[in-house]
Amino acid sequence: MKYELIVIGGGPAGLAAAVSAYQNGLRRIAIIERDLQAGGILNQCIHNGFGLHRFHEELSGPEYAGRFIDMLPGTSIQLFTDTMGLEITKDKRVHCVSAKQGYQVYEAESIVLAMGCRERTRGAIGIPGDRPSGVFTAGAAQRYLNIEGYMVGRRVLILGSGDIGLIMARRMTLEGAKVLACVEVMPYSCGLSRNIAQCLNDFDIPLYLSHTVTDIRMKNGRLSGCTVSRVDEKRMPVPGTEMDFDCDTLLLSVGLIPENELTRSAGIEIDRRTNGPVVHENMETQMEGVFACGNVVHVHDLVDYVSAESERAGRAAAQYVLNGEASGECITLRNGACVSYTVPQLIRPDNVEKAAEVFFRVNRIFSASRVSVYSNDQLIAQYKREHMAPGEMERIQLPKALLDKADGEITVACEEA
Amino acid sequence: MYDVAIVGCGVIGAAAAYYLSMYDLKILVLEKENDIAMGATRANSAIIHAGYDPEPGTLMARLNVRGCEMAKDLCYKLSVPYRQCGSLVLAFSAAEDETVKMLYDRGVQNGVKGMMILTAEEVHEMEPQVSDQVTSALYAPSAGIVNPWEYALAFAEVAVLNGVELYRNSEVTDIRKTEKGFEINAGKNTFESRFVINSAGVDSAFVHEMVADRSFTVKPSKGSYYLMDKCECARANHVLFQCPSEKGKGVLVSPTVHGNLIVGPDAEPSKDMHRVNTTAASLSYVKSAAAKSVPGIDYRNAIRNFAGMRANTDQSDFVIGFAAPGFLDLAGIKSPGLTSAPAIGEEAVKLLKEAGLELVPKVSPVQTRKKLRFKELSEDEKCAAIAKNPLYGRVICRCETITEGEIVDAIRSPIPPVSVDGIKRRAGTGMGRCQGGFCGPRVLEILARELEIDPKQVLKDQAGSYILADETKTGGMRV
Repeated sequence: MKYELIVIGGGPAGLAAAVSAYQNGLRRIAIIERDLQAGGILNQCIHNGFGLHRFHEELSGPEYAGRFIDMLPGTSIQLFTDTMGLEITKDKRVHCVSAKQGYQVYEAESIVLAMGCRERTRGAIGIPGDRPSGVFTAGAAQRYLNIEGYMVGRRVLILGSGDIGLIMARRMTLEGAKVLACVEVMPYSCGLSRNIAQCLNDFDIPLYLSHTVTDIRMKNGRLSGCTVSRVDEKRMPVPGTEMDFDCDTLLLSVGLIPENELTRSAGIEIDRRTNGPVVHENMETQMEGVFACGNVVHVHDLVDYVSAESERAGRAAAQYVLNGEASGECITLRNGACVSYTVPQLIRPDNVEKAAEVFFRVNRIFSASRVSVYSNDQLIAQYKREHMAPGEMERIQLPKALLDKADGEITVACEEA
Repeated sequence: MYDVAIVGCGVIGAAAAYYLSMYDLKILVLEKENDIAMGATRANSAIIHAGYDPEPGTLMARLNVRGCEMAKDLCYKLSVPYRQCGSLVLAFSAAEDETVKMLYDRGVQNGVKGMMILTAEEVHEMEPQVSDQVTSALYAPSAGIVNPWEYALAFAEVAVLNGVELYRNSEVTDIRKTEKGFEINAGKNTFESRFVINSAGVDSAFVHEMVADRSFTVKPSKGSYYLMDKCECARANHVLFQCPSEKGKGVLVSPTVHGNLIVGPDAEPSKDMHRVNTTAASLSYVKSAAAKSVPGIDYRNAIRNFAGMRANTDQSDFVIGFAAPGFLDLAGIKSPGLTSAPAIGEEAVKLLKEAGLELVPKVSPVQTRKKLRFKELSEDEKCAAIAKNPLYGRVICRCETITEGEIVDAIRSPIPPVSVDGIKRRAGTGMGRCQGGFCGPRVLEILARELEIDPKQVLKDQAGSYILADETKTGGMRV
């Protein structure tokens, strides 16, 4: 069976892309989902706060996913759950395996990559010490609590102020655990401001900025304590600043990494800054007919933006199948001062209707400031901001008229006002 | 009454059990942990050494070269991941060029085959990422890499299939000489055996002194490692050693049989022989020492750090021999102990025979082990495997592509695992870049289901390493 579109991943990105491709005229669409049901990580995010932008109401994660899952029955989209994508070949064949269907190779005219991301681990950040049980990534702990119904510990320390860690600080507290502190290596918090307020401050959980865990101790196989030290400007621990925490659990919320093993298997170029594929204005990767959206491209703060980006990817996949490859000259987006990445990295002005939306992150905190857009050292646009932080994704609209003026490259930079 | 009781089931005890299990004997293996291979066997460089390091004429020299020769066939027979990738000892100065020549001569005396001394250009041709400071190298094509804990598991599983009785959670607390042999207290049980093998690793001096006077002292030495993501695997095609010094074989950079890169170890004398923690100092030393061989390693791609404990002693050689009539030490098995393990196993059989153990070969003992590794199958084989057992179609560990079928196979193996890490050692789940973040909860669930235990009882690793503290107020989606 040849599909017009195969979507890899049935989380919020994959669902939105598939539905959008259907709405834009495709009929033979398949979603490959490795879990037992669609919805992705939203299924374990039982807190509210999802959908304020997309649906103008506050939903829980499963409710938000449900809005998209409920759209599937009216379409011809086929959802293969409990199915793992193993490989994507250059000729757009998707190798999958499942208990029900066995080993299958599906042909596709277009592909949307929507595999999401994974959590950075203790090993990736190299915390020394013993190797006890009781060290969890925040997302794994969240699954145990919210899906399986088990507490992972009673006295909890949290390393990293990523949103999942903050959400878990509140969740563990509500379940009766004592959350001793949240420790962040950077001089600022990495999560959304609303989560710092609602998950830490409201529960009197202290936040130690510019601190990190420098030792992990074990007693009888289980975590028995952690040492926390202050770090200098180079993020190196300062001797003499050690504090001991008597805890049985350490949750890690130290960053998310897009999961691009399949992307690499297809030979698609990855951007070292985002750890995701390099994409064009319509979310097409460097491989014709292969699109990507959601956290597999870059890590988002809000699922609402994932949905919007994924709808663009689905629409573009439909246009590719129905009308052929988008063409035209390509502008390269470069990172100027204090910008750590942009998405997209490439824009084809001919393929932009009114304006291209550019997402980026800053690498430090800004108060009143300006986002400046240059082309060949010429300032072509400027946007005002009251506040910017690495934990909050920024976006700007580049009007088509402006893109037409740009010559080969565009640089996005941030500076104090 | 057992014929032989083996104290300690690391790779040495397991290899001895394997070779003894080929004979009609009543054999007992006592392991203090809840699984086998929990000491030095699970945390080491995973190298099959060629055998040019040990002083000629030593037990280490003979057993290393013999063990290296045995590894390829054994690993094939026992379905243990092994690759004969060869090794290089890198020299960085005129003095080290001389060390390389000395090692070559030593290797020739020890019977190591196929060695060559390479020029710097030849080294760079074989290893483009090696430092340009290199001046020459000793190449030993017979060296290789292996999965050390699977080596031990394979030996022990076959031994169990041949009737060897393995008791886990059975720490030996006392051994008494009796008229007929020995009486052994282990865990809550007392056993009797004609012969005892002491393969208790870092605890071997302690066990030795239950029946004999002190003749050696364990001087444990801790070594720390980084394990790197597969994207770093192109840094080394061979095992890359530096020239040995009085501190040991130095820091190596090597591929692993799983396709990762391993970097380490340092050598740190240890006060607590049972504590294998890493420290910031040890990890930073490993990084800087490895940079001398391969400067480009990107530690942002580290997926794990760990430490292991060498069972070094105050003796320069392995401690192999009878401490008392009927009580055989296989002790002080430091590097190249993993390589030597099968040769030490054979040696133990020979020594016990000389000491009066009658060896009647079993009629048709199990000698091999088969293992299905889904990701290594061809497309057709994958289809066939799933048709036979649909659980091979459900991928649980996405980083390493390990299926539920392989996890269930592990749980039903001759030495069933009791922990998530026990599954990891047998099936390879959680070995990858997410380190069990995604598959951990599902492995726990499968383990609880198959063992018919409460999920709260599932351990991460050793006794006491519980994962789940309690149920939530509502019990999640289970209610």
